[in-house]
Amino acid sequence: MAKYILKRLLYVIPTMFVVSMLIFVTIQLPPGDYVTNMLESMRNQTGGTTWTPEFQEAMRQRYGLNEPMPVQYAKWIGNIVLRGDFGYSFQYSVPAEKMIGDRIGMTLVVSFASFIFTWVVALPIGVLSAVRQYSLADYFFSFIGFIGLATPGFLIALVLMFLAFKYGNVSLSGLFSTEFENAPWSIAKVLDLMNHLWIPMVIIGVSGTAGLIRIMRANLLDELHKPYVETARAKGMPEWRLLIKYPLRQAMNPFVSGMAWVLPSLIGGEAIVSIVLNLPTTGPVLLNALLWQDMFLAAGFLMLLSLFTIIGMLLSDILLAWLDPRIRYSEGR
Amino acid sequence: MANEAAKLPEIAPQPGAVFPIEDDAPRVVIASQWQLMWWKFRKHRLAMFSLVIVVILYIIAIFAGFFAPQSTASYQRRYTQSPPQTIHWFDNGQFAPFVYGYAQETDPRTLRRSYVVDEENKIPLGFFVRGDPYQIGLHGIPIPGIRDLALTLDVHLFGPITPGEPFFVLGADDVGRDMLSRLIFASQVSLSVGLVGVFLSLTLGILLGGLSGLVGGWVDNLIQRTIEILRSIPQIPLWMALATAVPPRWDPVYVYFGITVILSLLGWTDMARVVRGRFLSLREEDFVMAAELDGVSRSRIITRHMVPSFLSHIIASATLAIPGMILGETALSFLGLGLRAPVVSWGVMLQDAMNIASIANTPWLLIPGAAVVITVLAFNFLGDGLRDAADPYH
Repeated sequence: MAKYILKRLLYVIPTMFVVSMLIFVTIQLPPGDYVTNMLESMRNQTGGTTWTPEFQEAMRQRYGLNEPMPVQYAKWIGNIVLRGDFGYSFQYSVPAEKMIGDRIGMTLVVSFASFIFTWVVALPIGVLSAVRQYSLADYFFSFIGFIGLATPGFLIALVLMFLAFKYGNVSLSGLFSTEFENAPWSIAKVLDLMNHLWIPMVIIGVSGTAGLIRIMRANLLDELHKPYVETARAKGMPEWRLLIKYPLRQAMNPFVSGMAWVLPSLIGGEAIVSIVLNLPTTGPVLLNALLWQDMFLAAGFLMLLSLFTIIGMLLSDILLAWLDPRIRYSEGR
Repeated sequence: MANEAAKLPEIAPQPGAVFPIEDDAPRVVIASQWQLMWWKFRKHRLAMFSLVIVVILYIIAIFAGFFAPQSTASYQRRYTQSPPQTIHWFDNGQFAPFVYGYAQETDPRTLRRSYVVDEENKIPLGFFVRGDPYQIGLHGIPIPGIRDLALTLDVHLFGPITPGEPFFVLGADDVGRDMLSRLIFASQVSLSVGLVGVFLSLTLGILLGGLSGLVGGWVDNLIQRTIEILRSIPQIPLWMALATAVPPRWDPVYVYFGITVILSLLGWTDMARVVRGRFLSLREEDFVMAAELDGVSRSRIITRHMVPSFLSHIIASATLAIPGMILGETALSFLGLGLRAPVVSWGVMLQDAMNIASIANTPWLLIPGAAVVITVLAFNFLGDGLRDAADPYH
């Protein structure tokens, strides 16, 4: 087991390396750079001042925007690995890691909460839908699940915002009440966060939940009709103990590996929903950074989001190996 | 074929068939694979229903100009943000559809316009009425010659009998454009993105997945690692990053293809997995071995024996991939990174509903969302039905 975990851990390094290259190339794809973007927006604003050519040159020189891409990449990744320096955010005139650090923590909180929500809701409902197949509850949850799968998170967010405005006269946006927004952390602020957190948590979690319910239901149904279940039942084993001890354990495997694909969609869904709900997380800043070609900031966000996804997938693999000795033994060597 | 024949006796006769079982059996035995699949598919009620919905949606999209009461560009300044009108089908017990017009009131303090139903003003409606001219055909393809293969008509399925009278079944947007008409025209883009995107990712997926499954070795390894890496980057942020690379000043047609290519750049991985898995499992099948022993060439084995036996699975997976493409385009356009006005897609329309102020005043701007949900649901059920039917011997 330790060997398996170590092997998978080491595998993260080359994966991240390739991912970082892909991200850097992607960020560089749009024509022009931050300087040209800035110039254009100044030109569009009536009476806006323009930067002198010398200043433009100095700006490019300073951030290495004139160098060939491989050199830029090498400097960028080198600084991240050696010094934790993610470059400079042009828009905010601060080191990129400062902007990222502020936001990514909240992204983690929201994504993790949605993830827990997904699991806590999908597991019992999936089991219930399988055990009581074709019952009213099964139909009800299947229906909700299909709607959840087909509705993009941002749409749910918009509809909820409308309903909350119309009938509750409350605003759903943000993660904190106004009085706590810039306040230092305190117990009251954490409680306030909890009070706001559940809305994005549910919205982001819905589609993943729907998918996982279907996986759990289908796999448990496959197991429930196998002879070993009959045997255990014939021997007089209580129904609930039987369910938890045998078929559920079998059906858990696809459920756990389903976690690996739910995670990227949770993190991606978070990005869009946070833009709609105006959450102090990655989404709004990432969108702006992309639009303005604030390349180091955008690249830093993409790197960390990918890292989370990869670590999440790694955890799901480890959990799967822990659950299933077959995987442990075949891949551990 | 040996394999198919061996499995045939297991088939249950069609329940509810008019024929007695003895007569029915030969019908099943001689039926082609596609026929068996159709029989199985037909039993999946929800999938059949979804098929009908999908066909209707595409017919509406193809003849958008006919089904839409107005063109996308026409607007009426006097009716900005006017709420949906209710159609009254009968007037004094006679079939004569009409809607009531609107009288406007302006709040003296907030200067916000509000509309009051004006029961004095009846706007008669009719079928096959004349209105804005539109084109039907291949006018969207910017190639001279092909572009001209279109008809210009001005007959609309349903609308006000006097052209230009206010008729907003789903309300009007901030500029006074009819939501229903825009919704119908937007379906052309939203529905075709799914098809074109899936076609591209299918091509890539079959090519790379097939290569992976057939050649094996380091090629397989390389392709599999590539897929793993692509899947470990969260899709939506990566889509967002790629979409910013599409220059906003491009011709809308190029932007459209740019966005579709971006969607398929990540979408092919699922296809490739399905194709590879099928190739790997089919390689072990008896009928492939039999063909090999008969000295059939490799390319013939692939095209004549392997591809037909997994084509149905591929079609099912492709159908299930369409919703993802539609949702992707909607999300990108909604964020302002995908298609942009004057192109209309459901995502572009939803952009108007981005802030709480506009949804609070004009909730009907959310209607394109309902269109997205219905389409995605229909494709999901259709795909489920196809997947079940893809294995008619099961």
